[in-house]
Amino acid sequence: MSELPLKDPAPADDAAEAEPRPGHIRKPIGWSMIVIAALVAVSATLVWRRDGIDGVLEILTHDLSLFGGILPRVLAGCLLGAFITEILPHEKVSRSLGPNSGLKGLLIGTAFGAILPGGPFTAYPVASALLTVGADFGATIAMVVSWTLIGYGRAVAWELPIMGTDFTLWRIVISLPLPVLAGAFGRFVYVRMYPKVAP
Amino acid sequence: MSALIIDIILWASVASLGFIAFRRGRPVLTASLREGSMDFINIVPRIALGVIGSGYIAAVIPQEIITGRLGPNSGWLGVLTAVIAGAATPGGPVVGFSLGAVALKAGGGAPQVIAYVIAWALFAFQRVLLWEIPFMPARFVWFRAAVSVPFPFLAAAIAMAIGKP
Repeated sequence: MSELPLKDPAPADDAAEAEPRPGHIRKPIGWSMIVIAALVAVSATLVWRRDGIDGVLEILTHDLSLFGGILPRVLAGCLLGAFITEILPHEKVSRSLGPNSGLKGLLIGTAFGAILPGGPFTAYPVASALLTVGADFGATIAMVVSWTLIGYGRAVAWELPIMGTDFTLWRIVISLPLPVLAGAFGRFVYVRMYPKVAP
Repeated sequence: MSALIIDIILWASVASLGFIAFRRGRPVLTASLREGSMDFINIVPRIALGVIGSGYIAAVIPQEIITGRLGPNSGWLGVLTAVIAGAATPGGPVVGFSLGAVALKAGGGAPQVIAYVIAWALFAFQRVLLWEIPFMPARFVWFRAAVSVPFPFLAAAIAMAIGKP
């Protein structure tokens, strides 16, 4: 209703709000990272016992060059996420992708995931930014699942040439309803797992 | 080649969003740049661990186990095997789809291979560890993975029902 008069102070508000960004700044070391580090240490030891130090170094150099190649894209993904957090009007996002956005929110999330360019280095920072600016778990799940299942990037680059046209097309057709269903199921479970106090 | 196109699209998106931010005023642009760089600095160690570490995890998983029993007569047990195999497949899209193609050529049933590819897309542990957990709140990642569990099975059921591909 009062969207127009609000529009002017809104960016300043957003900028001020962006300072703490609750829920977004995460501890660099959490349990997930500790588990991963332990898994890596065990696997590296197994590789060392099996292939000796050469095997360990070979994987290390290969992965280091991969890491170097990925870094610029990670930076681009982080910048995309940050721009989206700053630019998108929070109240609009929470209206169209929030907990009460209904089927339409799930469809928007699905469409967004399907057309999002780039790889995981864009999809996850952008999804994380959407969560920050007011999308709920359901719409974000629809977006992430849609990106992995019907996003054109991976299908065109890898699946078509390797799996063949027939398989790929049918696989995508079968996948079409899944993002919306996953988002709806996510919402259904979320509301029951974290029942919030009536607003 | 396709990597170059991806990079162009990616940085073009960054540039156009940056331009929109700039039009909103310099503080908006500088705030976003600062936030983005801070996120980047926070995420680099996790990505490093993921990229450099997952090579070792991939090296100790034997691939024969993955495409073992996905024949057309394997039924729902085959689908279940396919789902676990999809989640356990190491490596990127080349490995995931190649193993799917191998399974198909080796006589794997279409619903089982569909379940394999979809489970790989949804749960491949390397992508979850390497990308999803570093970038997203851990609570979201586990929740997302948990509610996605029924869907490879649903996809296999649809494939069985329509008799395609």
